[in-house]
Amino acid sequence: MVNHNYQHESSGCGLVGIISTTGKKMSGEQVLRAVAILHERGNGLGGGFAAYGIYPKYRDFFAFHLLMDSAESKSAVEAYLQERFLVEHGEEIPTRNPSERYPNYSGGRNLEEILPEIMPSLLWRYFCKPKRPENSTDGLTDEDYVVQAVMHINENIHGAFVISSGRNMGVFKGVGYPEDLGHFFKLEEYEAYIWTGHARFPTNSQGWWGGAHPFTLLDWAVIHNGEISSYGINKRYLEMYGYKCTLMTDTEVVTYMLDLLIRKHGLPTEVALRAVAAPFWKDVDRMPADERKLHEALRMVYGSALLNGPFAIIFTHSRGMVGMNDRIKLRPLVAACKGDMVYMSSEECGIREICPNPERVWNPRAGHPVIARLEDGVK
Amino acid sequence: MNQNKRGLIPPKFKQVINRELCRRCKRCILSCGFEALKFENGVIGIAGECVACHRCVTMCPEGAITIQKQPLDYRDNEYWTVEIREELYRQSESGGVILASMGNDKPFKSYFDHLVLDACQVTNPSIDPLREPMELRTYLGRKPEKVTVEKDKKGKFQLKGKMPANLLLETPIIFGGMSYGSVSLNTHKALAMAAKNCGILMNTGEGGLHKDLYPYTDNIIVQCASGRFGVNEEYLKRAAMIEIKIGQGAKPGIGGHLPGEKVTAPISETRMIPIGTDALSPAPHHDIYSIEDLRQLIFSLKEATEYKKPVCVKISAVHNVAAIASGVARAGADVICIDGFRGGTGATPKMVRDHVGIPIELAIAAVDDRLREENIRHQVSLIASGGIRTSADMIKAIGLGADAVAICTAALVALGCHLCQQCHTGNCSWGIATQRPEMERRLDPEWGGQQLTRLIQAWSYELKEVLGLLGVNAVESFRGSRERLRGIGLSELELDILGVKHAGR
Repeated sequence: MVNHNYQHESSGCGLVGIISTTGKKMSGEQVLRAVAILHERGNGLGGGFAAYGIYPKYRDFFAFHLLMDSAESKSAVEAYLQERFLVEHGEEIPTRNPSERYPNYSGGRNLEEILPEIMPSLLWRYFCKPKRPENSTDGLTDEDYVVQAVMHINENIHGAFVISSGRNMGVFKGVGYPEDLGHFFKLEEYEAYIWTGHARFPTNSQGWWGGAHPFTLLDWAVIHNGEISSYGINKRYLEMYGYKCTLMTDTEVVTYMLDLLIRKHGLPTEVALRAVAAPFWKDVDRMPADERKLHEALRMVYGSALLNGPFAIIFTHSRGMVGMNDRIKLRPLVAACKGDMVYMSSEECGIREICPNPERVWNPRAGHPVIARLEDGVK
Repeated sequence: MNQNKRGLIPPKFKQVINRELCRRCKRCILSCGFEALKFENGVIGIAGECVACHRCVTMCPEGAITIQKQPLDYRDNEYWTVEIREELYRQSESGGVILASMGNDKPFKSYFDHLVLDACQVTNPSIDPLREPMELRTYLGRKPEKVTVEKDKKGKFQLKGKMPANLLLETPIIFGGMSYGSVSLNTHKALAMAAKNCGILMNTGEGGLHKDLYPYTDNIIVQCASGRFGVNEEYLKRAAMIEIKIGQGAKPGIGGHLPGEKVTAPISETRMIPIGTDALSPAPHHDIYSIEDLRQLIFSLKEATEYKKPVCVKISAVHNVAAIASGVARAGADVICIDGFRGGTGATPKMVRDHVGIPIELAIAAVDDRLREENIRHQVSLIASGGIRTSADMIKAIGLGADAVAICTAALVALGCHLCQQCHTGNCSWGIATQRPEMERRLDPEWGGQQLTRLIQAWSYELKEVLGLLGVNAVESFRGSRERLRGIGLSELELDILGVKHAGR
């Protein structure tokens, strides 16, 4: 049977993304400062960070970041991982003293009392390789195999969520103001060439750690300000391809959609973005014949993948960062660059805070992505 | 015993003529297709003949005529309704099936009337369709599962391979199949003109294509039904899409029937049958007794048209419609039209019209779900038809998963039809469902084309309004987005089949 009884929630938000296109590493201190200046865009009910290049020692392993709320869910997760993966290493994600988690907490209720609701007690990471026979005939790539495992854990293991699963990257998130969470997770101790940060303002829930951004799958991580008004059909489209939208927020849909189009369907990033934020027909009709043909085909095939509604998105993967707005730019997004650094944020102040004199600052046009890639040869 | 023409059945309607206003111009008498008025020292109605088509009322320059139900109280009986009693009189006099036309008019639950739409407030802004682009463009036809691109010499990405044939609709509405024969040539012309004006399609129905419609090739769907009337090479060439009609909502499981009286010389030529013969299309296609036979016909038609035209298969909504639609998709259809039990007709046994088939709302939801479960939704476009009355019905059908809707009765109403349900008599006073030359010419195709164009335009505006309030600016962002619909007064099972939550959730 089809389960139609899904609910989803939406939110307003602040975004920051930083990349060094030469692969230079930086600590989490910058992204923390930038996201703190966007304080007003969050309401203390969700914050998170993605960092790339943080696990050089385990660079060939899929790094599973897990949030779990009980010993039972932890043992279920570990049993599942042991069965399907070679688990090289597992450890608790280092954090500061839990009482330091929420210095800026402003929820009105006793923090001690609500802590279990807003943050799971167990934060662990596991570095894994798929355990599969050499000549496996299931037709799956290692990536597909990992995606299946993520879907399985999120759907079937009660109280456990995989919040990231890529190689040499990780996500740190929870309920709270991002600057508090960053402090709690000791982000200043990590070195990454891409950082994204997110301050969340959920509109219709008290906040849930599973609902905080970034959303990830493999090395995709998405942070998002907005609401996907086409959520209903995007979700049903993804379900045809086995994606299970368990986290009940539209950002999850964005993540899976990019995974489907770019990884599974093999579309180049810029082409995939033309599918999810399609140009208007009035513009397509004026394109040269070849370009028009491509855009018509994209729209015909990927009509259900069109992300419609107000949004600004920053998505990252191990080789780059992309910022994008909806087709009529209903949410803010600013981009800037200086030297090998590219910055994106929902507010210019988020950029100026850490890069006071960028060489160029601009407002990307509606539906036109800003794509920053690691330079060729950078490992 | 009773010698008058109407037998045991009492008159239904009476014409009330205001003698002070009437100036005896007799226009009413001329306009009545049912000879229900005569002149005897003034205009008088003939008992039992009036069908309440309102042509005389509309044509009377003085506003002197009104039509009333003939009051007649029966002894109350909730079980033996008046309708049932009168049908028994009719059958015992004729000894035959009772013919009827239009669609099922019984008080079954209309699911459209139990669905409401969402709207944006605060968190996601609504979009103003008067200020922002709002896209209704819809493509009918098979789509590949994914797009493949390659880089050209200049490093630009190009589409690799060719897309299957698809038809562009400027708005997700088409005119459904109504045959030339059941309706007049002028009706066909009006539909074709409007289809061209609006960038949409009209379906010829099963009666062939009159030569006067050849200039509208790009806007025509030709039907290949079990009677194969008028099907030849030229016919297939003169169409943008070909539809194999398996079933029709008003008469699932049975073929069409055009009485010999309606088979005039031009009908005879278009249908390729002798003048005055009954045009009976068989219940099944005589070359389709299983799904693999359907596949052969689909591919014969594709071969005949060099794979340049999508092939549609029209089925009526019956109990197992989801599995049938899945089979039809796998048999190679590019488009599936599903016709619900409210769908109309020019003639059908009344018993079949009123008791066979299921509502389009449930059918389209079940089919869309099934095709998604089997991951073949992209292989076909879905057209919902059968009882789409308003833009609201159209919008809800799209929300449930239809790519487009087909309208017939609504289009005829735009041409003047007052739903008197007498199409099968061929006496239509409005010049729509008739082949009587003096009636047919009453319908000016130019005027009719304008009426229909305005109707489609109005519905399209309303669709844009709704997309805007839903906060999306493309119809495909709403198509099948059941999350934007809620049910009111529906059971859990009904909600589950429709795939929508109850209002308040």
